[in-house]
This record gives sequence, structure tokens and C-alpha cells, in this order.
Amino acid sequence: MSNIGSYDERVKNFNWNIAEKELDYNPGDPINIGWYCSDRICEKGFGNKPALIWEGSTGNEKRYTYNDLRLNSNAIGQFLRNLGVRPEERVCLFMDKIPELYMGFLGILKMGGIAQPLFSAFGDESLFVRLDNAQTTAIITQKKHAPKVRKIMEKMPYLKHMIIVDADPAKPLLDREVAFDMENAETVEHFTVHPTYAESPSVLHYTSGTTGQPKGVKHVHYSLISQYLTSKWVLDLQAHDIYWCTADPGWVTGTSYGIIGAFSNGVTQCVLDAGFSADNWYRFIEKHKISMWYSAPTAIRSLMKAGDEVIKKYDLSSLRHLASVGEPLNSEAVIWSEKVFGKPFLDTYWQTETGSMMITNFPGMKIKPGSMGKPFPGITATVIDAETLEPFGEPGKIGLIAIRPGWPSMMRTYWRNEETYKKKFQNGWYLPGDRSSIDKEGYFWFVGRDDDVINTGGHLVSPFEVESALLEHPAVAESAVVAKPDFVNMEVVKAFVTLKPGFVGSKDLDLEIMNFVRKKLSPLAMPQEIEFVDTLPKTRSGKIMRRILHAKEWGEEIGDTSTLEDD
Amino acid sequence: MQEIIKAYVIKEYVEDDTELTYDSPLISGGIVDSFSMVSLKRFLENKYKISIPDDRATPEAFDSVNKICALVKEFVK
Repeated sequence: MSNIGSYDERVKNFNWNIAEKELDYNPGDPINIGWYCSDRICEKGFGNKPALIWEGSTGNEKRYTYNDLRLNSNAIGQFLRNLGVRPEERVCLFMDKIPELYMGFLGILKMGGIAQPLFSAFGDESLFVRLDNAQTTAIITQKKHAPKVRKIMEKMPYLKHMIIVDADPAKPLLDREVAFDMENAETVEHFTVHPTYAESPSVLHYTSGTTGQPKGVKHVHYSLISQYLTSKWVLDLQAHDIYWCTADPGWVTGTSYGIIGAFSNGVTQCVLDAGFSADNWYRFIEKHKISMWYSAPTAIRSLMKAGDEVIKKYDLSSLRHLASVGEPLNSEAVIWSEKVFGKPFLDTYWQTETGSMMITNFPGMKIKPGSMGKPFPGITATVIDAETLEPFGEPGKIGLIAIRPGWPSMMRTYWRNEETYKKKFQNGWYLPGDRSSIDKEGYFWFVGRDDDVINTGGHLVSPFEVESALLEHPAVAESAVVAKPDFVNMEVVKAFVTLKPGFVGSKDLDLEIMNFVRKKLSPLAMPQEIEFVDTLPKTRSGKIMRRILHAKEWGEEIGDTSTLEDD
Repeated sequence: MQEIIKAYVIKEYVEDDTELTYDSPLISGGIVDSFSMVSLKRFLENKYKISIPDDRATPEAFDSVNKICALVKEFVK
């Protein structure tokens, strides 16, 4: 029996206080995600239950109980407090998926800080713009990533501490650097958790838009209510489950469902801190008897590409429930998973700003492969006309996805960017920036983004950011960046580039520019293809028309070119 | 070839003083991610004037310097 039972019944009788009651939370009381994910589980008598089973790239394994989670997060919280980090100051987590990342996240929240997780593959420029926007006080990192922080340290006087969790004792630390060894830290049995409340800030995740710098999405501790309940009803987390969320906590799935949803529900979760390989993933599932697997379409399509033969080498019978997030899950992938695993991956739709699932497929519900599913109980979602901003009266029409504001994990603002935040709300709706249709039975069908943002492997990349980085390369005169279709990643970054006089397009220059962007921004943002062109299509006022380049890549109609410069 | 490829991987993808051997796991070890594999493939194609089909450029085939060398040698005339 699934946790949600009947979807229709849940919709009829829904109230968010279902989650509040289950969590013994009364409105107005303090609420702290870090406490709910560790201390509370221990208080309920599950301190000895395995919370985290971690495996590194060499197969080394570490296991932590809920009591370990409590003590380690206490130790990190105390360490930050002793350093002088104050509540609501931003503390960045810039690490691979190592145990310190998970405990550090909870420790920051328990001392009242705002956790700012950033993807450890970010280059120094991507790191700097995000730390600078947040005016981050401290960064917790590994020695392997410290050089990137050191490179920009001088530009960040507000960054008072770089905490290195695996510092080499033989090497002296530099100014503002401090070592923290979680495994050997002094035990902090009693830690006074900071009394945060429903609207106290908790997490700051950065996401990309079409224009401007990345936006810091501010979440609050009350987001727990949504994250807890969606984990329970959609991921169907149950007491005996061994759960694997493949997402990196540098992105929102990795925190909402790789930390908060999992631990607040008290399940055992496994983490694999290693690069992708089909063999290794199936081995991991077999070894740990994973029962609930939450992954991404890019990974699923990579597994499809690896073929069905490799699956036969492993016993994957422990899998009982599968779900997917990050980008639309194509129907072929759903049908394939049903064929090879005996159950479909259920697509879930949400984004950094929503903090938790909005439109999803549910256990027990009829699955229509390729569909996003239906709104989570308590979520009012529809599709509206882009002109009138009113919902369509009939099914099948394509418009903007619109969600009625007010769910617990809704972002509270964009950090230091209230103006952009306000623009996300129109005519009483929150607009995620995606297009969809709804069929007669109320299922949503994803169509695409409503802007130029590139969704590559489930991560949003701003064409503006990539174009700006390209322009810093000495050979590049102008650039335009668009999405290019890709089987595995759905979209990848493609750059059109004009060169400065004296430079000639070549394979070596192509590689040099790719690596330049990769190191500056991130591997995700690196153009997978660069096309050297003589000119870029522009309007008569000189604005580059990305739309034309995009249409060519996707084999679509170019549309109105009346404003094109050379027409 | 081993030394050239190893030196390139260290220069482009290793951020600290991690020791790398010809058998160090590059992809499964998290040194080169799946997105960066594209640039590594491009380097090999440029350097050795070859074309590696996409279906041969798998995480397994790129997982160590030795494995990469074996792959490249298949395509070098």
C-alpha cells in the first residue's frame, strides 16, 4: 500500500496541516530543518537506525546512524558558532558529495545560518558571482577545491573563513583558512539549536535566468512541510526503504530530496560519490538493496544507451519504486524502465524556486508515459494564455504553466533582487517559465521553456553567462549561445562565435575556447559545439537574434524576420 | 602517448596535487565528468587526427589513461 493511497481522496481532503501534525509542529512554534532531520528522529527512538551509507569512488564506505547525524551536525554547528558565524549569515558548502556536505548542511541550519550549497565543479568565476551576491561569510570546502577559492579570495573581504574539511596537516593554512576534521572533532552531545521560525531563511540556491547574473533563491524553514510530505507521498518513502537520490546537493533536488525529504522521513539513504558508469550504478543498487531510486532523465537515458545486457549481470529486484526529476522524461524512457526494471520511472515536475514537487505522477495513479502527471494535492496549477494570463477553458491548448502561490516551500525572494522576484508573479499566478498543455483527464504535458534558458542534464544554464564568458576570450568578438538537441542531456550548449581580426577558426581554437569556458564557469556551461561564423543575425538595433539560431538547431520555422538587420 | 594524455588530463582536469597514474579512474573517480569528456574527446581527435564515434566515447572507454590509449590506437592509422 502506498503512502498516498487514493490521489483523488487526498486532493478532496487536503490541508498542509496533515504534514504539520505528522511532524508535531504547531504554527508559531520554532521550526528548524536541521533539528527535524536529526535530533527529532533520535528523540523518536531511531538514533541507531542507519541514516547515511556513503560510498566513495574507490569503493570505500562510511556509515552513519541518525545519532551520528545529530552529533556531527552539532559539531559543525558549534564550530561555526565558535568562529563567530551568526544566524542568517550565509555559509557556502562547496564540496563533492562527501559526508561532511550532508552533516554540514544540517549543522549550518541548526546554528541558524543560511546554507548556500554550490556545485563543486563550478569554476572560479561562477563561484565568485554567487558568493559575491550572497556576501557569504564562510565557505566549507575540500583541499582539492581550495585553489579555486584562493584564486578569488582577495576580491571577497566579506568571506571571513574558508573551512577545509580534509586539510593536509603538513601544509600551512593561509590567512582566513581553518581546518575542521569532522571524524575527529570534539563530541558535542548538547547543542542549543537556534530557534528559527517558519519564515526564517534556511537555504539559498542559485539558479540561472536568460539575462543577468544567477539568482539566489531564498527558502525558509517552513519549506520542510512540503518537502516532507512530497517525499512521503510521491517518493513513497517508507520506514524500511533504502533510498538513493542521485542528485548532487549543489542543486535543489540534492537538498530538498537528498537531505531534507529523506532525513525528515527517517529513512536510510545511500550516496555514491563517484562518476557515472552503468555498471557501477547497478552494482551500487544490488549491493545496498536500493528500494526507492530518485534519478534524472539524463542518467536514465545514459543507462538506456549502455544497453540492456549489463542489467542482466545484477540483481535489481530490491527496486520497488522509481522517480525522475530535472527535465521532462520522454515516454521511451518510461517504457524502457518498465521493460527492464519491471516498473516505470515516475516523472516529477518542479524547480529551484518551488522548493518541492508541483506536478507529478503518483504511486498507484494511471501513468501516461511522457506526461508530467497531475498537481500535488494542495497545489493549484493550470495552463494560462500568455497574452490574457487567464486559464484556458478547454484541454489541449499550449500555454504557460501557472501555479497559485502559497505552498510552504515557495521561494520567498531572489536574494537582493526583489524586482525580478516580483516579475515571477502575474495575475495572481506564479509563473515557472515553462509551457505545457493539459489533457481531458487533467494530465500535464510539457512542451518547453518559455525563455532562452538551456536545460542541460536537468541543470539550467544561462546563455547570457556563457556569452559573457566567451567574450572574455581574446579571440572572440561576438557570441550567441543557444540550446542544441541532445539524446542524453535533452539539450546541450552550442555557441556561435565571430572572431576578432587576426584569428582564424580552427579545431585547436575550438578546444581552447571550450576549456576556457569550462574552467571559468563549469563543465555544464562549456559549449559542446562551437560554430565559427562571419556574422550573427541581429535586429536593426543590433540585438542578437538567438531565436533564429535556436530555430535552425531544432529544425523549426524561423518565424518573423522583419526586424532582421540584413533583410 | 600515455604520457601526453596523462599530462593533458593533469593540466586540464586535476585541480589540486592529486597523483595520477595510467590506471587512475578518471570518470568513475570523478576527475573528468561526463560533460568534460567532450573536451577530452576533442583533444584526442585533434592531437591524433582521428575521429572517435560517439558510441565508442563511453565513460568506460575513457575511465583511465590506459583505456583511452587503447581506444585511440584503434583509430590511429
